[in-house]
Amino acid sequence: MNIIVCAKQVVDVAEIKVDSSTKKPILVGVPQKISDMDKNALEEAIKVKEKHGGKITILTVGAPDAKERMKELLAMGADEGVLIPPPEHADYHVIAHLLAGAMKKIGSYDIIFCGEASIDMFSGQMGPRIAGLLNIPQITYAQQVTVEQNKVVAERNLGEKAVIIESPFPVLITVTKEINQPRLPSLMAILASSSKPIHEWPATDVTTEALVPKLQTMDIKGIPMQRKNIIYQNDLDQSVGKLVDELAKVGVLR
Amino acid sequence: MFDDLIPTPMKLELNEQQKMIRNMVREFAEKEVAPLAAELDKKGEYPTKTLEKMAKLGLLGIIIPQQYGGAGLDTISYVTVVEEISRKCASTGVITSVHNSLAAWPIMKYGSEEQKKKYLPILAKGEKIGAFAGTEPNAGSDLGAMKTTAVLKGHHYIINGDKTFITSGPKAGIIIVFAVTDKNAGTKGLSAFIIENTFKGYKVGSIFDKLGINASQTSELLFENMEVPQENLLGKEGDGFKIALSTLDGGRIGIAAQAVGIAQAALDESIAYSKQREQFGKPIAKFQAIQWMIADMATRIEAARFLVYNAAYIKDKGERFSKEAAMAKLFASETAMEAVIKAVQIHGGYGYTKEYTVERLFRDAKITEIYEGTSEVQRMVISANLLG
Repeated sequence: MNIIVCAKQVVDVAEIKVDSSTKKPILVGVPQKISDMDKNALEEAIKVKEKHGGKITILTVGAPDAKERMKELLAMGADEGVLIPPPEHADYHVIAHLLAGAMKKIGSYDIIFCGEASIDMFSGQMGPRIAGLLNIPQITYAQQVTVEQNKVVAERNLGEKAVIIESPFPVLITVTKEINQPRLPSLMAILASSSKPIHEWPATDVTTEALVPKLQTMDIKGIPMQRKNIIYQNDLDQSVGKLVDELAKVGVLR
Repeated sequence: MFDDLIPTPMKLELNEQQKMIRNMVREFAEKEVAPLAAELDKKGEYPTKTLEKMAKLGLLGIIIPQQYGGAGLDTISYVTVVEEISRKCASTGVITSVHNSLAAWPIMKYGSEEQKKKYLPILAKGEKIGAFAGTEPNAGSDLGAMKTTAVLKGHHYIINGDKTFITSGPKAGIIIVFAVTDKNAGTKGLSAFIIENTFKGYKVGSIFDKLGINASQTSELLFENMEVPQENLLGKEGDGFKIALSTLDGGRIGIAAQAVGIAQAALDESIAYSKQREQFGKPIAKFQAIQWMIADMATRIEAARFLVYNAAYIKDKGERFSKEAAMAKLFASETAMEAVIKAVQIHGGYGYTKEYTVERLFRDAKITEIYEGTSEVQRMVISANLLG
């Protein structure tokens, strides 16, 4: 079973502060991490490998310092990594082409696991875009995956209902946070990860297309959170009524 | 004019592997250690399940060589582990420190090949927890005043005596015990033994009701005609004092790391609380009195951490580290105490209640100035190294 896991290095969004005057997020000095659901994707891949054998390749489009984070994934249980440094201007379209191009270069794969979305941009586009470019089936928002001899059976979390769906190989699956609890690597696994390879493939190695971004990011602004500081302190019943009215007025209650 | 300066290769940061280890343990401590800490402290309950999980991650065999089932890591990796665990639970931190540096290390350093093969894999896998029994009711800082005796009869030593304040006492399976084999030879008459809790004549005495680190059960160990196979003598007869002192040198680095962890937790809690607590219409973090306390805590913690890394680094180089370990332990433990006092002050009345973590930190910090050599003993060690 050849498995590819897409993993993105992101800023730890919980650590982002917003500049109160410019409203811009302060990204300098914010620690980097692997996007949460990508770790769920790897955990699921490891489970499949433990049962069916095979090889897990991590695929990352990112800056050279992403290697340090990729090593954590090798320590968790992936076998090797491929890092593709992105061109200066890259959007979902460009990155999906790079990832799909790398997969074509790898050539043989049975399952591609992705997180349902990344914690920084949360577009949820990457999995579906790659599946489209590779022209293979996709199962999104999987909260349970069972790999059988010739097919994958997955339960998709569609909010109010779950849909069970199956697909032959190769297939791309995006997973939700609920699917599993990513393992922590042991000290021995951390030591062993130093001998696992991380290859660096230039973008020109994975696609010959001239990739032009289709999306232009104009600006990024933080959402200011200001308290209204309204204190209700007289009659309790009256106060509750006023609070409900106020919440309805600002659209919290409908 | 500075163009011809060649930068020296000194680096005051962890290497990539050490960072990975720290990150892994930090995540483990947040997910598995932190949620239990308050409850275990309240009940005085030993963190058995946590230790089982730590064993699976290799955290009970950090410094034990790989050939004996450990991870064979350096002391710097080890101190980052103790710091991160202690940051969430000081009790689990001291159990880890004692297990690795006071039980496994003397076997690694002074044990015969047979002893290493027999005991190190058990400790590395966490099948048994390690302890160190030196202290007696009348022999604390003054180890030479020990009264426990070991007499060789046939192929067994017969050990009699009482040990006290033994971390993990009620739960430990492998204990390094010190006893007098020659009462006329002073400190050269002390010997060290590897004891199993299953030996005939071994008994756990009272468990102490302590101010803090309540989850690390601390007890007496009572030996009444305890039969110890001759091959369980560690080193040679008369090596005990040397083994005890060198083991405690290493142990002090672990306790210093524990103290840094407690201090860091006090700072973490203080930062979070002061940003959220509002008085006079603004968060108390906006008041200079609070800002200065936070700045002082952070500065001392950084200094303490570097002293710990320095002692660990010198130990890893194979050089004498007694003075550096004493300095790290002295400064880190006093830093922990200062930090928790400030942290409770910042929390005000709430910090004095068990609802808030700083109350536990306040109680946990004090012991770091006492065990494995009081602050006074550390000053003795440091000055003896300087004055001869």
